[in-house]
Amino acid sequence: MRIADAVSSYSDDEAIFRTRTQRVWMGILLACLLAFPFVVSPYLLFLGCLIGIAVISATGLNILVGLTGQISLGQGAFMGVGAYTSVWLANQFALSLAVTLPLAGLLTALVGVIVGLPSLRVKGLYLAIATMAASVILHFVFVHWESVTAGNLGLNLQHAKLFGMELDSDFKLYFVIIPLALIAVTGARNLLRTRIGRAFIAVRDRDISAEVLGVNLLRYKLLSFGLSSFYAGCAGALWAYFFKVITPESFPLEVSIFYLAAIIVGGMGTILGPILGAAFMTLVPEMLKVLTLLLEPIIANAQVHLAPMKGVVFGILIVGFLLFEPHGLAEIWRKIQRFFRLWPFKT
Amino acid sequence: MSDPILTLEGITLSFGGLRALNEVSFDMPEGGITTVIGPNGAGKTSLFNTISGFYRPQAGRVLFRGKDISRLHPPKRAKLGLARTFQNIALFRGMTVIDNIKLGAHSHLQTGLLSALVYFGRARREELELREKIESKIIDFLEIDHIRNLPVASLSYGLQKRVELARALAIGPEILLLDEPVAGMNREEKEDMARFILDLNQEWQMTILMVEHDMEMVMDISDKVVVLNFGEVIAQGKAAEVKENPEVLKAYLGSGDVADMRRRLGAENASGAG
Amino acid sequence: MDWLFFIESSLAGLCTGAIYALVALGFVIIYKATKVINFAIGEIMMISAYFFLTFAGIFAWPLWLALPAAVVSGGLLGGLTEKTIIRPMLGESPISVIMVTIGLSNILVGTAQIIWGGGPQVLPGFLPRQPIFLGEIYVSSKIAFSALIAVAMLICYLLYFRFSRGGVALRATASDQAASFSMGISVPRVFNFAWIFGCMATALAGILFSASGGLSPHSGGMALAILVVVIFGGLDSILGALVGGLIIGWLETIVGAFWGGEYKMLAIFTLLTLILVIKPYGLFGTKEIERL
Repeated sequence: MRIADAVSSYSDDEAIFRTRTQRVWMGILLACLLAFPFVVSPYLLFLGCLIGIAVISATGLNILVGLTGQISLGQGAFMGVGAYTSVWLANQFALSLAVTLPLAGLLTALVGVIVGLPSLRVKGLYLAIATMAASVILHFVFVHWESVTAGNLGLNLQHAKLFGMELDSDFKLYFVIIPLALIAVTGARNLLRTRIGRAFIAVRDRDISAEVLGVNLLRYKLLSFGLSSFYAGCAGALWAYFFKVITPESFPLEVSIFYLAAIIVGGMGTILGPILGAAFMTLVPEMLKVLTLLLEPIIANAQVHLAPMKGVVFGILIVGFLLFEPHGLAEIWRKIQRFFRLWPFKT
Repeated sequence: MSDPILTLEGITLSFGGLRALNEVSFDMPEGGITTVIGPNGAGKTSLFNTISGFYRPQAGRVLFRGKDISRLHPPKRAKLGLARTFQNIALFRGMTVIDNIKLGAHSHLQTGLLSALVYFGRARREELELREKIESKIIDFLEIDHIRNLPVASLSYGLQKRVELARALAIGPEILLLDEPVAGMNREEKEDMARFILDLNQEWQMTILMVEHDMEMVMDISDKVVVLNFGEVIAQGKAAEVKENPEVLKAYLGSGDVADMRRRLGAENASGAG
Repeated sequence: MDWLFFIESSLAGLCTGAIYALVALGFVIIYKATKVINFAIGEIMMISAYFFLTFAGIFAWPLWLALPAAVVSGGLLGGLTEKTIIRPMLGESPISVIMVTIGLSNILVGTAQIIWGGGPQVLPGFLPRQPIFLGEIYVSSKIAFSALIAVAMLICYLLYFRFSRGGVALRATASDQAASFSMGISVPRVFNFAWIFGCMATALAGILFSASGGLSPHSGGMALAILVVVIFGGLDSILGALVGGLIIGWLETIVGAFWGGEYKMLAIFTLLTLILVIKPYGLFGTKEIERL
């Protein structure tokens, strides 16, 4: 049991990690992340990178949906914009990831702001459909702007360099993706402590009152769309560097739904939620795959049912969490922590 | 008391055919407590919403220190120092008490996106300064230090009203607009709130515009009372004068004259239909 | 421009539009009564078509039994959905409610794949095949008869909601839930009935679509157009559903016929974007009044 967490200054009270225990655990976590690629199999390393990318995108979507309360079904298409931008820049001008990544993010942010314009007049389903319309239109652009996107054939990434180093293995990419994911999460966490984060939440909770209290709705809704798409664009760019090939079908509507599901399962409006959700939703299909391999000897053609089972499980997770734990994995995690904080006095 | 800080000139506001405010004009003296009273549906909250800029009147002007702010967007008016509370508590349920109060200071903070993301330099300094200021001035004054880190949803009604006042104070108000500050409170809570309002007025020299139904409190603390009925100002002046005004008595108690009541109801129906 | 082709396409488009209008009506009934936006509408269409396939194809029931049975099953599926996963979400944020229906749609697609297999299937033919000629104008009789059935169902619904007790209860609930409840209308039952009725309309439309367009677990994607219809017409407007259905069906078919299938989605979603800019709440939708 931890007894007290008294603080003696406002700056301590405003800190992210308020106790030493928290800082120690954070250190251990960072050490584990650092050691991870040296000890695990290539398959787990692959998953680690995938989760890192998903964390960035989910954190971005959470800023828009979880904190600002705007529905978006455009996250997948935004990732597509980032992916195409980075690959095109890298191939055309032999640019380093250090240049293509921020440019991809910025262009996607611009697209996001444009897509977010209807949010000034419409909410709820109307906004969801407006963002869906944007993703249909973007998909059309990916297919038909052949001089840039090469249409349905897609693009191959030919020049994947960072600081003169060829990004040719998951091992190297891991050390690009994970630090970026950490930066992305820290950025979101910091944002929450400032006036911008508060304004986002105010817009979510009571937009009109927020306006009367001095929050410019136009600016903050668009800022949220822009920032969230910036995250999506960066995640998309990393996705392209990771898979080396992109086609219009890499970013269907299902990707947007996947990320919405991830933040719901993880816990909307929290910082931890999107991280847990992105990791969990990435791992579930893999766990199902393992399960079917195990069941293969017992149930004939278990493999055939893998794809449909993935869909069913995905759906059940969304519905189940919304019905039974609407605050997601983050809340479950908090309950576990509370248990140990009071243990062994309260059982 | 000197020049008026806020002047309303001929404010007319209608929703469809329904006229909520009709040619409403009055001044607010700087440093005073002005109270708007009137029966339910008289247009008091519509008047507040017009002053904060949420409603755009069809005619008339709102002047702040002699400057026309009628076309100004609500957040800009907040920045000028028009701070308000709401009749139905409008706290942000997803935030703690301290964050709700900090939100009030939103328009005076400068932190940009980049510095917010790294929480370094200006962002950090500004947050800590703000925290100091809120703690030492507002939280102490309103005696809410014990609840500062709680989520607002867990608070009692009276405390929520107090947090709303705290948030309005964080705006750094030139004029404090209080929409029924003591409605629904028990006696003790009412007295606390009345004390805060008086302190704000006398010690902080704050100008206050208030809508309130509690006549005892209105008569006790108001410097000026404006009476609205069916969207029109039927009387204004010192509390004692207004109290004796026959029009006001009629609006509140009825005239007892059946013919007059018929006439008024007739007029009401006609305006409703038109 | 080939005017004959244009008229033929327009007729085909309006026929498709009639079926769209039927689905949109189902959607609007559910929305008006329960304020729930049903993203699983396409999957309910798809599952209902599989019900019909099972009854008419596998059980070899006669048409007069199989078709109503499939429609009613679709309705019951809707009722069950409402009871089990929608009711507990009452009062939650729109994001959560939308996501619940999206989750449901994933479950339905996977279930259909497991039960009926992932490949495309053909429904037993129950619509006449001889082409119809109106003068020189050719109309596919499958589509024309589908449209006739859809219109018949639409008329039944409109009459029912105009004149029956249930219809009045539904409209009362739509305008004020608390007041209706205190007047003795069982609002939970109205919710349930709205889902059953809404999904019956959806089910019939699903069967009609699959009868001419084929069926697979992923057929539910056709409902994207329905979302456009309801936004275009206005979410809470029955008139909007009818007009929107016809316009979107027509536009989609014309664009498909003259420019090619890949432009269909682009066209209707572009139209949608324009409508959102000009009239944010659709042609006939009610503007949400905001209060402080």
